Amino acid sequence: MSIIKGRAWAYGANIDTDQLAPIGSYQGIDMAAGAKMCLREIDPKFAASVREGDIFVGTDNLGIGSSREQAPTFLKILGIRAVVAKSFARIFYRNCFNIGLPALILADAEKIGMGHELSVDPDAGTVHDLTTGVEFTCQPIPPHLMQIVAAGGLMPYLKERLKAPALDRA
Amino acid sequence: MPQTLSEKIIAKAAGRPSVEPGEIVTCAVDLAMMHDSSGPRLAGRKLDELGVPVWDTSKLVVITDHYINDDVPDHQRIQKDAAAWVASHGVKHFIKAQGICHVVLPEAGHVKPGLFCVGADSHSVTAGGLGAFMVGIGGTEMTGVLATGEIWIRVPETARIKVTGKLQAGVAAKDVILKLCGDFGVMGFNYQVIEYAGSAIRAMSVDERMTLANMAAELGGKTGIVEPDEKTEAQLSAWGAVGIDIAAWKNDPGATFARTVVLDGDALVPQVAAPSSPENAAPVTDHLGTKLDQAYLGACTGAKLDDLRMAAAVLKGRQIPKGFKFMVAPSSVKIREQAAKEGTLGIIEAAGGVVLATGCGGCIGQGAARLEENAVGISSTNRNFVGRAGPRSSKLYLASPFTVAASAINGAIADPREFL
Repeated sequence: MSIIKGRAWAYGANIDTDQLAPIGSYQGIDMAAGAKMCLREIDPKFAASVREGDIFVGTDNLGIGSSREQAPTFLKILGIRAVVAKSFARIFYRNCFNIGLPALILADAEKIGMGHELSVDPDAGTVHDLTTGVEFTCQPIPPHLMQIVAAGGLMPYLKERLKAPALDRA
Repeated sequence: MPQTLSEKIIAKAAGRPSVEPGEIVTCAVDLAMMHDSSGPRLAGRKLDELGVPVWDTSKLVVITDHYINDDVPDHQRIQKDAAAWVASHGVKHFIKAQGICHVVLPEAGHVKPGLFCVGADSHSVTAGGLGAFMVGIGGTEMTGVLATGEIWIRVPETARIKVTGKLQAGVAAKDVILKLCGDFGVMGFNYQVIEYAGSAIRAMSVDERMTLANMAAELGGKTGIVEPDEKTEAQLSAWGAVGIDIAAWKNDPGATFARTVVLDGDALVPQVAAPSSPENAAPVTDHLGTKLDQAYLGACTGAKLDDLRMAAAVLKGRQIPKGFKFMVAPSSVKIREQAAKEGTLGIIEAAGGVVLATGCGGCIGQGAARLEENAVGISSTNRNFVGRAGPRSSKLYLASPFTVAASAINGAIADPREFL
């Protein structure tokens, strides 16, 4: 995967799926409209200010709560290209890879401040904080998840896999 | 090597003699459940993009429960689309607006011990109360299951929570789980399977065990599970499940657990989780007298038949204050009918409770039970995150059906032991 460069959006611990995808944001057809409600309860400026290539940073328990995939999907729609956290809720973590958004586990995630310029290398598992000059090493992305996210998510991954002869699918 | 119940189910699904925690394995799915939010409109539409059929239409159950308000155009559209997708894909099991998926799925006879199941909803873990292994997944992940019948899983460690002794009157499964949330936090058992064991669990009804399994999600667990016994078998048979084998689906003798936690059931008191996280749990006595605007019995967690019976035991012969909002949304239509037939619902209504349509409703901030600006509520649901059950200015306390009912009578947080 290519290197992702952008600004950090850091909100600390326990950012849950009800904040990322509030009730009323994901029952419609227009997901881009829904994405505008992302995090409206804690930072109404967030959705309008995120730029292509930015990085979402959490500390503990990022994405706790519902299985609703709209939580990471909204981040992706808004331009977020990588997610970094100290720990993830397990369904949110899987959902990120399934929609093609690399999620990196970083023990020192709380050291990254709001607005810091970051450079994230998903293959190497590194996060370089260009604002402070500190380089962090994340837990490596497991190979089976790297395959999915490198393909662009589970859908493109499945499209390739289903094209292959049945014997090669195992 | 002796295996835990979860490891045995995963090994069977992976076609292996045994598995070890930490391994990544691919499992064949015995049962997949999706609802009207995650299902046809998301996972289903993506399956159509792949251009392949549902891998096994007999193993898929589609249930509508999230968007069932006919007055809302988005709901109407979602319902229509769901029915059309189900019809065009030959889905054999479609349950339309009969209650909340996690309760309706076993009620329709689909769940039994030993099954490896996935559900496109985080509270799919509820089926663990019946001895199945069921995990929650997202919509696209469900597309993968629909297309291939398989899913990868990192074999979880099993943590055993032993609840010893006997729960006192007015103390329920909900108090057990809130106490655990308070003691260990919302990620206290991250990625682990939580197995509930001990004399207090054996004494519990199947409904109560489902409450514990349901809120494994609130402890960060991959799922929750209870070893099935004669009670499980009797309830599942009554629900129409066939081929139930309780003897095969237990922990092997000598199976090892990553962690064992002991909770003294005799000493447990009613718990209340303050806004805005289940982990803010404390004894009800810490919150006595906190003024409330409404009380709600609902959701997959807190409006099953036994939940309604608990509330009725407290409410019998009593009245809630005039103007206080006390709403009850039974978890399923069957439960509502049974509760009406046996008089449980009558007791709740006589006390001033208003019965709402069955569905996810107030738990996800929909319908009449949605909290208003600055309102304070108490509820038997499973989550009280900011903005879930109402606007940011609202506040929600979580408690057992006993405590919710007692609090409705006082219009303020109350200890149910004083009412029993």
